[in-house]
This record gives sequence, C-alpha cells and structure tokens, in this order.
Amino acid sequence: MEKDVKKQQEYKDIAQKYEPKPTLIKNIIWAFVVGGLICDIGQFFLNLFVSRGMSPEQAGTPVAIIMVFLGSFLTGIGIYDDIGRFAGAGSVVPITGFANSIVAPAMEFKREGYVFGVASRMFNIAGPVIVYGVGTSIVVGLVYNFLK
Amino acid sequence: MAQKKMGLQTVKFVNPPSIISSGTIVGPKEGQGPLKDYFDVILTDDTYGEKSWEKAECKMFQDSVNLALKKASLNINDIDYLIGGDLLNQIITSSFAARQFNVPTFGLYGACSTMAEGLSIGSMLIDGGFADYVIVTTSSHFSTAERQYRFPLEQGVQRPFTAQWTVTGSGSSLLSSTGSGPYITHVTTGKVVDLGMKDANNMGAAMAPAAADTIITHFNDTGFTINDYDLIITGDMARVGKSILMELLNKDGLNIEDKYKDCGIEIYDESQDVHSGGSGAGCSAVVLNGWLLSQIKNGTFNRVLFIATGALLSPTSTQQGESIPGIAHAVTISRYT
Repeated sequence: MEKDVKKQQEYKDIAQKYEPKPTLIKNIIWAFVVGGLICDIGQFFLNLFVSRGMSPEQAGTPVAIIMVFLGSFLTGIGIYDDIGRFAGAGSVVPITGFANSIVAPAMEFKREGYVFGVASRMFNIAGPVIVYGVGTSIVVGLVYNFLK
Repeated sequence: MAQKKMGLQTVKFVNPPSIISSGTIVGPKEGQGPLKDYFDVILTDDTYGEKSWEKAECKMFQDSVNLALKKASLNINDIDYLIGGDLLNQIITSSFAARQFNVPTFGLYGACSTMAEGLSIGSMLIDGGFADYVIVTTSSHFSTAERQYRFPLEQGVQRPFTAQWTVTGSGSSLLSSTGSGPYITHVTTGKVVDLGMKDANNMGAAMAPAAADTIITHFNDTGFTINDYDLIITGDMARVGKSILMELLNKDGLNIEDKYKDCGIEIYDESQDVHSGGSGAGCSAVVLNGWLLSQIKNGTFNRVLFIATGALLSPTSTQQGESIPGIAHAVTISRYT
C-alpha cells in the first residue's frame, strides 16, 4: 500500500509537468472588462430609473429584473455560453450569470419532461449557491444582530 | 491449453479476420477537421432531424452499420454478431440502435476504448470459428456526453486546457473470416490501471499509465520491436496525455515518438478550440474506419498498432471523489497476414 502511494505521487509529478498553464492574466483582463461592462449596463438602467423619479432603493428591483431577463435571453439564443467561454468569472459572477446557470439546465433537460426535466434540474447548478447563500446570510444576520 | 495465447495478455490469430468494409458518420465540427475527406457522411446538423441528441446518436450508430454493410454488399441478416458500445448510461445508444437490427448482439462498455475492445472480441469470435461476419460499432456524441458528464451546453463556463472534446460520430468495422485485408493479427487486452488521478477534466493523464502498460506488454508478449510497425496510434490520449505517455514509455526504454499519432489529436485542427484534443468512443472509431483503414489499404502503412484508451469514470464516482481507472486495448492491424 505504501508503495502504491509513492508510485501515485511519482506519477502525479510527471502528469503535472505536462498540464498546460491557464492563461491567468488574459483571463483576469477579460473577466474585468466583460464583468465591468455588465455592471455598466446595470448602472445605466439604475441611473435611468433614478432620473425618472425612483429612489435608488426602489430602482434596484427593476434593474435586477432587467439583468436577469438579459442573462436568460442571451442564454436562450445561445450567446451567453460564448461570452462565458472567454469572460470566465466576468460573466459568471454578475446576476446575469446566475440567470444563465438556471436557464441553461432548464433548456437542456426539457426533453426529460417539465417535471423531472425542467423543474427538477433547473437548480442543479444554482441550487448550491442558493443554499449556501441563504445559509451565510442567516449567520451574518445573527452576528450583525448581536454586535449591534 | 490456450494455443493462440502469447505471453501474458496477447492473442495471436491463426486465421486473422479481415476488415472487409467500414462505415463512418460524423458531426459538423468533425466535418470541418483535417480528416473531413475520409468520412462517409458529414452531418450539417448534430440533432440529425431528431427530437433529442440521444435519438440522433442512435440514428448515427444505425447509419454507420448500414454504410459498412452496403459497401460490402451484405445484408444485416448475413451478420452473425453485432458488437456495440457507447458512452451513455446503460449503453442505450447501442441497445436502442440494435433493436432495429434483429441480430445477436453483444453490448460493451469500455468508455473510449470500446472500439479496440470490440475488435478484439469480434476477432476472437471469428478466429474461434464462432462467426463468419461480425460488425463492430461504437459511437459518441458531444451533446449527449456533455449533459451526462459535465455541464449543460448553454452554461457559460470556461473549459480547462487539459479538457478534451467529445467527438460526435459513429464508426463501424465489418469483420469477416474471409477477405483480402486489412487483417487483425494480434490483440493485447489491457488491464485496468489507476494511478490515482482524480481530475475528470484531465482524462489524458488518467489513461496514460494504462496505455503505457498495454504498449509495453504488447511488445514483450509478441517479441515485436518498434521497427515492425509503421504507425502506433492511440485512441484519445490528446496532447496532454501524449506528452505523459511518451515520458512513461521513455522511462521503460521505448521511444515511439517518430511513429506515434493519436486519433484525438488528428481529428481536429488546433484552431477548432478543442483544447487538449478529441475523445469519446466515436473518436477512435471514426479515425480508424475513416482515415486509418484507407491508409493501410493504399500501402501508406503496412502494419499499425491501434490502441484505444478509456477513462472508466462515471459522474457519480467523480462526485464521490474516486480516482479515475484507465484501460487500453491494443490491436495489430496489418495489410498482409
């Protein structure tokens, strides 16, 4: 058994040598540019609603709705995955990426039916984000409450 | 006493089966690759007019069988056994395709190694005197494999550089007890080898030890040297796996680099954004039955060692953190007996 572990470690070292390095700088720049552009679009709508008389707090909701719509729409017409291919985290992190992660499996599993396909697979990827997002917010909320 | 067995894992055929015809059908992306002129049918739409990708893959499987039969002027009723395999859970492509054919069927799962596994078993059936005609078919489809193993297609994710691209395609080899070649003269059946690699996005690294093991065993068992071969071609090591395989073989004093190719590297051009290269049960099947057999027939290569490699993982095993076992089967294909 000990010999196996050594052999595995030796092999791991060989295999690692040939692993192509991710193009980190390029990825970061693209993520920054595309992520920034998505935020610009969001900001544009926020400013628009505020200029029409909404308070910034009120304007947040319709902006989120519009951004989710855009993310879903671009997923539906097959563009969002192309953006994601080079933007990486830049298009995953904003709320449009969240919409993409729900619409993509919903589309994909339509053939398995509306109940066991679309409905049950829809949160395949977004589900864990929601679970731990809600979980974290409860913890933070409690901490905040006690520190107040 | 197994009279046809050589060494530890190899069989030498007394009456080597002949590959009398072949059929290939590929998707649009493969049809833009460097081997496009060698495929029988190139689809313009990867749903192939069907309602699901699974149905499309099934239709491709059937078409490749029919193409091979047609070229040999045979009917499905002339076939003694159909040997089929694919990547989907419970190998539904092969089984669903076979229900149309009404012939005795063996279903195989060897992941991307299935083509070589099928050729091995098919040849044994023929040389053993159990069959005159055996058709071996495998298939894979990018969209069916992706949704089973990875992410939905429209999910905006970045694929790592070690990742491989599942080939959309199906290839069939029609084996016969009579015929004028190319002949299958030897097969070396691989062992399952696992050196603890866990990254499902780096299957080349998971499969390289199995490929090295089978290649070395093949040379030891048969007594062949590298000079006996014009080409040594693996199924889907791709670029990352190739580099590792070369190093592993070099460590054992075997330098095959000058005669080495990989189906997963050959099938796509680097500009096609497939990262490490192609993979899938259909990858080695369409390269073998499209390009390679024609090159053996026209004398470019007289003797080829074809090694299809498989990563024997499942989505469940990956999620449970299991390492990825690899397997590789080698088949000697020769212009002359």
